[in-house]
Amino acid sequence: MDTEVKKKSIIDRVWDVFASVKLAVVLFALISLTSVVGTVLEQQAEPEKNIEVLSKMFGLSHDAAHSVLQVFEGLGFTNMYHSWWFNAFLLLFAANLIICSLDRLPRIWKLVTEKVRPLPVENIGKMSIRRELALKGTSSAARDAVLGAIRKLGFKPSESTGGNGTQWYAEKGNYTRLGVYITHLSILIILVGAMIGTFFGFNGSLRLREGQTSYIAVAPAGRLTNQQYAEMDAIIQGINKHQGSVSQAAASFGVQESVLAAKMKEYGILPLGFGIRCDNFNVDYYDRTDMPKAYRSWLTVFKDGRPVINQKSIVVNDPLKFEGVTFYQSSFETAADDMSSGVAILRVAGKSGQAQELHLKAGESFTIPGTAIRGQVQNFSPAISLDESGKPFTYNQQMTNPAVFIEFTENGARKYGGWFLKRYPQTWNLPDGNRVEFLDYWGVEFTGLQVRKDPGVLIVYLGCIIMAVGLYITFFMSHRRIWVNVADGKGGAKVLIGASANRNRASFERRIEKMISMLSAGHQGGK
Amino acid sequence: MDSSVFFGFTTVAYFLSMTAYIAYLVSRNRFIGIGATAITVAGFVSQTIGFVKRFFEFKDLGQMGWLRAVPLTNLYESLVFFIWCLILTYLIIEFRYRNRSFGAFVTPIAGLTLAFIDLSGMSKSIQPLVPALQSNWLLVHVMMSFISYALFAISFSTGLMYLIVRTEKRNEPAYIFWTVMLGVFVSLLAAMGLDFLTFKVAYMGKQELMRSYLLKASFRNESGAVAALSFAAAAALTFCTWRFGGVLRKVITGFSISHEMLDDITYKSVAVGFPIFTLGGLIFGAIWADQAWGKYWTWDPKETWSLITWFFYAFYLHARLMRGWKGKKIAIVAVLGFIAVIFTYLGVNLLLSGLHSYGSQ
Repeated sequence: MDTEVKKKSIIDRVWDVFASVKLAVVLFALISLTSVVGTVLEQQAEPEKNIEVLSKMFGLSHDAAHSVLQVFEGLGFTNMYHSWWFNAFLLLFAANLIICSLDRLPRIWKLVTEKVRPLPVENIGKMSIRRELALKGTSSAARDAVLGAIRKLGFKPSESTGGNGTQWYAEKGNYTRLGVYITHLSILIILVGAMIGTFFGFNGSLRLREGQTSYIAVAPAGRLTNQQYAEMDAIIQGINKHQGSVSQAAASFGVQESVLAAKMKEYGILPLGFGIRCDNFNVDYYDRTDMPKAYRSWLTVFKDGRPVINQKSIVVNDPLKFEGVTFYQSSFETAADDMSSGVAILRVAGKSGQAQELHLKAGESFTIPGTAIRGQVQNFSPAISLDESGKPFTYNQQMTNPAVFIEFTENGARKYGGWFLKRYPQTWNLPDGNRVEFLDYWGVEFTGLQVRKDPGVLIVYLGCIIMAVGLYITFFMSHRRIWVNVADGKGGAKVLIGASANRNRASFERRIEKMISMLSAGHQGGK
Repeated sequence: MDSSVFFGFTTVAYFLSMTAYIAYLVSRNRFIGIGATAITVAGFVSQTIGFVKRFFEFKDLGQMGWLRAVPLTNLYESLVFFIWCLILTYLIIEFRYRNRSFGAFVTPIAGLTLAFIDLSGMSKSIQPLVPALQSNWLLVHVMMSFISYALFAISFSTGLMYLIVRTEKRNEPAYIFWTVMLGVFVSLLAAMGLDFLTFKVAYMGKQELMRSYLLKASFRNESGAVAALSFAAAAALTFCTWRFGGVLRKVITGFSISHEMLDDITYKSVAVGFPIFTLGGLIFGAIWADQAWGKYWTWDPKETWSLITWFFYAFYLHARLMRGWKGKKIAIVAVLGFIAVIFTYLGVNLLLSGLHSYGSQ
């Protein structure tokens, strides 16, 4: 008997701790303070970067900053949003929210479900909003006017008759008291959605060169040594060579499938179940500036060897979705050390009107249709500009202003030659009326894609909608109650109004004020 | 006429209305009061026209349609919009509470900020949208965030005024809190003003250096003497605020602003600002991040600081509604909450790096 009482009291005590606003404040503070550290230290970054941040911000020497960083690293602050303790804070916060809400539910539930009852006249006069007025004329006319006015306020009043005359009483929005619960519930739903995403989804990336196909995405699992990196690369190549088949790839490596699968897991290599190819990548610029307007990739999806989505273009803010996996445009690169391997795509039009699209490597030649003029692609520049003396030079390796140099000959004699710029069609016309359009230099750009599968995201969205609804109810609606007693007085009716609202009392008071002024004006008008 | 003409007129109007409001407070003449309101409304209308004009100018430049032409993509535009929200909220308060006294506090902030933008030579040019910002969420996310920032700014000012009115003894913690707060706040504003003013001279307007230049004109100056002098000046200013804080109290109470009203406005701006911030700042921001970056929450510094801000105001509401915190205690929470807001708005962009770095230009 004794022990049972003691046990219960411990549970009670734990319950009380979790039901307290104090714990919520402590958790708010812990989450906030640790997050501040997390925003100062760059997460999952190279140590040198954070050493620089620390030495800059606090004026520490390199060595001191290094040892400070080591302390933080040991505590998990350099990857803190994935650390056990940060997630423990979030879980405690969730538990606090649940128990806090449950603890207060019975009281609120009583307020919600309890029907409004008639009040003794002296209690009406004690409500937070109270008004008194006298209406002249017959008491039945006064009663009708008062009833009409209460209905006009949007209430459906009940009536009770007693020694003090007639009393109407009504309430509205009693369920809005639950708004705060809806808001709290939405936070829990969002946390559940986030957890589902963490456990059953993945977040990886993909770097595809124009023309390249991949059957996997990579979610890097920490820093790798050069040797590990080489092994990871070999596995990726093997799997892509066998069109995503892990068993075939394992056979080609001469290992068990389970061994390869374990290795893939270790390196964060995620099989997609389909193939994705980058057909093309391009950056659009604003007019004549180098300010990017759009990063665009054209992607083709292969399922069982057949293309199922063909050359779909994606840009930032407009991803591609297939079988629950979403591909986001996130970055790009050029093969700066391999620029010459690209293919120039030209559309060559003779002045007679015949045209032809050509794919040419450096050094290759073509004939302008309908003429004897031959052109040879001699040079390529990813970003051409003119220096002060008017000589062309390459100003970066980022394909900001691609150009090809083509030299033309007719019957063996040099005719003319020059740079054709992709972004400037005015450079495409030849002096004799022929035209060479430089459409693209293909095969030297990489597109960087963010690859995500998150089955929890819809739950998170649901939570967001519920939160919006909950906040609206909590802050912009209220539980309003009103009692109106009409008693016979000298030469008319004595009206007593009492009302309360759990929120936004002032606006309810204004509406009642309006009702009263209409009531007295209307009554006089009717006389 | 382009938008800058209207913004120029607005700056002049807010300066005139500032003078008029102060004259009204001194003279209590009804006509001066009406005149002050009329000038403010005129400035506000002109600012609205300017904003719409800039919308058009942006639309013509970007060629991406209405929703992607929101002139809220750099520091200049966001400050102008912030002032617009502030004046709008003030006008609503003036009409609802039938009290013009706040005008003398709000219009100087508006006029000085706009004048400061002009003096600093902050880049006013319309920049085309970078790919990451090309989304229909830009309009709602950024606008709602700024509306909530403006409401929080109001709650900060009224909270601070509440403390000023309600504290009398110099050794009272709440008195020390608000004097130090105000002293540091004004010092920092002055220091940043100096940064902007000297920045153009020193670096010929190279925008990318702005970030590392923060407070270099004063507290972080290369010359130790200047830095020491700046700290001394800030300390002196804070001390003066502490020593002569009573004067401020007399000024405010003299303006027939009751502490109940201040408390009421503080609560109401938070009660309206909080849901707008949650929906526009956090939820719409998360949906946009989900579309653009493939993750609705990445613990990016801006996101983290928004969450901290959200915690602060959630605490304010719980303390007030659940625990029944009243008076000075709750006013202090409102004042502290705005520090988190300032850091979310400016600090993150100026000091930390992350995905949200568009605003730092």
